[in-house]
Amino acid sequence: MKPDPSARFRWLSVYAISVFVFLYLPIAVLIIYSFNGEGVGGFPPQHLTLNWYHALFADAAIWDSVLNSLEVAFAAMFIALAFGMPAALALDRAQFPGKALFRRLVLLPLILPGIITGLSLLMLFDLMRMNLSLLTITLGHGTALISVATTEIFAGLQKLDRSQEEASLDLGANYWQTFWRVTVPNLKLPIIGAALLIFTLSMDEIAVSFFLIGRDNTLPLEIWGRLRRGITPEINAISAIIFVFSLVAIVVWYRLRTRAEGNVAVGEELVETAA
Amino acid sequence: MFSRAYKTLVAVPPLMWVAVFLLVPYGLMFCYSFWSVSSLQIIVHAWNLENYKELLEKPVYWETLLRSMWIAARVTAFSLVLGYPLAYFLSFYGGKRKDLLYQMVIIPLWVSYLVRAYAWKTILGSDGVLNGLLQYAHVTTHPLEFLLYSPFAVVLTLTHIYTPFAFLPIYAALEHIPRTLIEASHDLGATPAQTFWKVIFPLSIPGVLAGATFAFVLSLGDFLAPLLLGGPSGIMISNVVVSLFGAAYNWPLGAAISLCMLLLIVSLLFFSERLEKKWSFS
Amino acid sequence: MTSSTVTIPSAAVNDVHSRPTLLSIRSVAKSFGRNRVLRDISLEIAAGEFLAILGESGSGKTTLLRIIAGFETPTSGELCIEEQRIDHLPPYRRPVNTVFQNYALFPHLTVEANVAYGLRVAKRPAAEIANRVAEALAKVKMTAHAKKKPSQISGGQQQRVALARALVNRPKLLLLDEPLSALDANLRRQMQIELKSLQREVGITFVFVTHDQEEAMVIADRIALLRSGALEQVATPREIYSRPATSYVAQFIGHTNLLSGEVRAGIARCAELSWPVSLPEGPAQFSLRPEHVRVAGLAAGPNSIRVRVRVIDRAFHGASELIRAQCAHGLVLLATVASGSLLGNEVELEFSTSDALLVRESPEKS
Repeated sequence: MKPDPSARFRWLSVYAISVFVFLYLPIAVLIIYSFNGEGVGGFPPQHLTLNWYHALFADAAIWDSVLNSLEVAFAAMFIALAFGMPAALALDRAQFPGKALFRRLVLLPLILPGIITGLSLLMLFDLMRMNLSLLTITLGHGTALISVATTEIFAGLQKLDRSQEEASLDLGANYWQTFWRVTVPNLKLPIIGAALLIFTLSMDEIAVSFFLIGRDNTLPLEIWGRLRRGITPEINAISAIIFVFSLVAIVVWYRLRTRAEGNVAVGEELVETAA
Repeated sequence: MFSRAYKTLVAVPPLMWVAVFLLVPYGLMFCYSFWSVSSLQIIVHAWNLENYKELLEKPVYWETLLRSMWIAARVTAFSLVLGYPLAYFLSFYGGKRKDLLYQMVIIPLWVSYLVRAYAWKTILGSDGVLNGLLQYAHVTTHPLEFLLYSPFAVVLTLTHIYTPFAFLPIYAALEHIPRTLIEASHDLGATPAQTFWKVIFPLSIPGVLAGATFAFVLSLGDFLAPLLLGGPSGIMISNVVVSLFGAAYNWPLGAAISLCMLLLIVSLLFFSERLEKKWSFS
Repeated sequence: MTSSTVTIPSAAVNDVHSRPTLLSIRSVAKSFGRNRVLRDISLEIAAGEFLAILGESGSGKTTLLRIIAGFETPTSGELCIEEQRIDHLPPYRRPVNTVFQNYALFPHLTVEANVAYGLRVAKRPAAEIANRVAEALAKVKMTAHAKKKPSQISGGQQQRVALARALVNRPKLLLLDEPLSALDANLRRQMQIELKSLQREVGITFVFVTHDQEEAMVIADRIALLRSGALEQVATPREIYSRPATSYVAQFIGHTNLLSGEVRAGIARCAELSWPVSLPEGPAQFSLRPEHVRVAGLAAGPNSIRVRVRVIDRAFHGASELIRAQCAHGLVLLATVASGSLLGNEVELEFSTSDALLVRESPEKS
């Protein structure tokens, strides 16, 4: 439908722009104030400076937590993909009793508030007499993010051209060979996309981690701890950096996704999972 | 594609993970809710209904739950009011920039919750940016207190966070509407406004339901925004649970509340799904 | 570029030129960016006629239809219905209704509600709506399915509902965008006949877009053949078949032998064939239909040309067969013979010179 050069279009675009402003303004403010010499609040920002960034880079505790977050993120990525891939395959191709229930269970953490996933796992670890540590956080992230991996890879499988696999079988390859020579290469983009998304989500994850934290902090939890003590613009600085990294990661992920399949799919599985 | 055995075998590893890390924990939560804690801060595995009695009898839990649901309802309403027109604009008027605009909406979606909540905290505080701006512009002389540490701040922040969540399924639903249906409606004499109410909106309802469900369920269970921005008047039900697992140390009671929340959420999902199926026509 | 208006008095069943004009298309052109899809189209469509707009994909036929419906605006030119300009009106204000290629039935409404849609939007009284909807459904024989949803009925049934939905509004003009292309061959033939009789019954002007020339011939009172955005010929099916204006028309409609050559000193020479003509000197193209090329009988008719050929191929078409045969110096001819005729490898073919029609070369389209 062509844009309608009427009042309707104008009102709608004004509205749309306002919503975009609402979505981005707080982050923009946050970034601007990371350069503000006077601190976190007040108006207008003055004395633009890089002090806070300097302080940030000298802050050992932050860097320790970044390292912890990276460890957790990579491990969670592996877990999520290792279990999410077979889950996606099973959902796409297998028929077994309880399949619907299985699907709902796997996708549940996507829609459940983090507190439920976090607390239930806390009770599990307590029962197993496991100490809370980066490992427990990793297991928590893995559990929560399997659903993301499953969704992404499932979407990729749906768009796969079955006749390619049939052609492979027809030409003499068995199921195993076909899987590795035809199916997996076609899933390259969704897998990379899923990995990227899981990594980013794990780095930013706080709700589930909140309950599973031991002695070592992940980055979000480190920031959270400081917030409880008081706001400093250093937090603005690290937040700005997180924002930039996330932005890049998401844009890359999106490009990979649309190269694989077209952009509407992203919302579709969410409709699916809420259903 | 695979032979039957392989296909079913493939489901086993994730099934096992899900069983260990989802089913067992939920089961534990179920069990804990029937236990109690002794005065020595030890969890006693004596099965009883005390926790549930407490929940039913003490008004504070009901009040908090209702307040949380009211907050979640407002967040949902605002998210839809913001998200629907945005989705409509992108889908029908996006044109060549549709892709770019779409990315611009999903970026805030995946960017850290903490960053966004923190941003609002710095803006809304009495020493914050907004108050500073208002005073600088001589609109007010004293900082507005209600902006932060109030339900208002929680609703505002959660709306900010969940509007993209609401947007996504609505956009997907709108994109799915074949444009020939709209042409057909015009062809039959309906104005654009009539076409919206008679054709576009009914066909977008599954997306609206999904978006609303997301926003509501996730806001209901949120505890971080209230902790950062809610103040004493903005406490939500999850905060009660958090303190029961923390300083107040009553895991069984906390488990009972969590279980109730889980059941509530699962029922909501169930009903939402039924409604969506009823309104889905493809 | 050519623009055609029909003025040929013909022995057509529908005496089209004696009826008032319903739709005037005057010098309509349409470009998308630098892509010129329609060039200077002028056409007068008479009230009550069944016009087919025929063309290959990319010919601009769908664009022309959409311009008439109001979904596209012409880059230049005007449209008038009964002398009122409509090209500036949005689709919902035109007395035109469309049957879409994929039917575009509203999935969330029942068959009945779909048909009633236009009337409800126009806020007609409920009793009137009920009557007219029932009448429309009966006309397309879908009364039994009134309460079903589109997903519960077949493609052919959906098509009828789409038709009813459009006709119930009693538009002055009904546009049909390749409505039968999704149906299988048998159903299609059946629907062609039904559409034709329906149109006679309701008396509404139908404009029907198709790429299938057989369909156009069967169904239409007149055919407007579009090629690369311009009208190649507008005439009745009989006319367009027996007197194609250009070589493109001759080839597009039915099978033909296109003989290229030149006229010199009163003799037309095309490859190894030659025959006397009274035409000016110069290059010439002739269209010769296979049904006019016969196996030579014992007696040669007047003006008949004979040639020895070798049969290359026989294609079975049911009642007749289409033969491809090669002359001594390479020219390939198509001829129609009765099914099952016994033919040797070498035969003699003949045709009458009056059946070789001079056709214009179509101007090159840029």
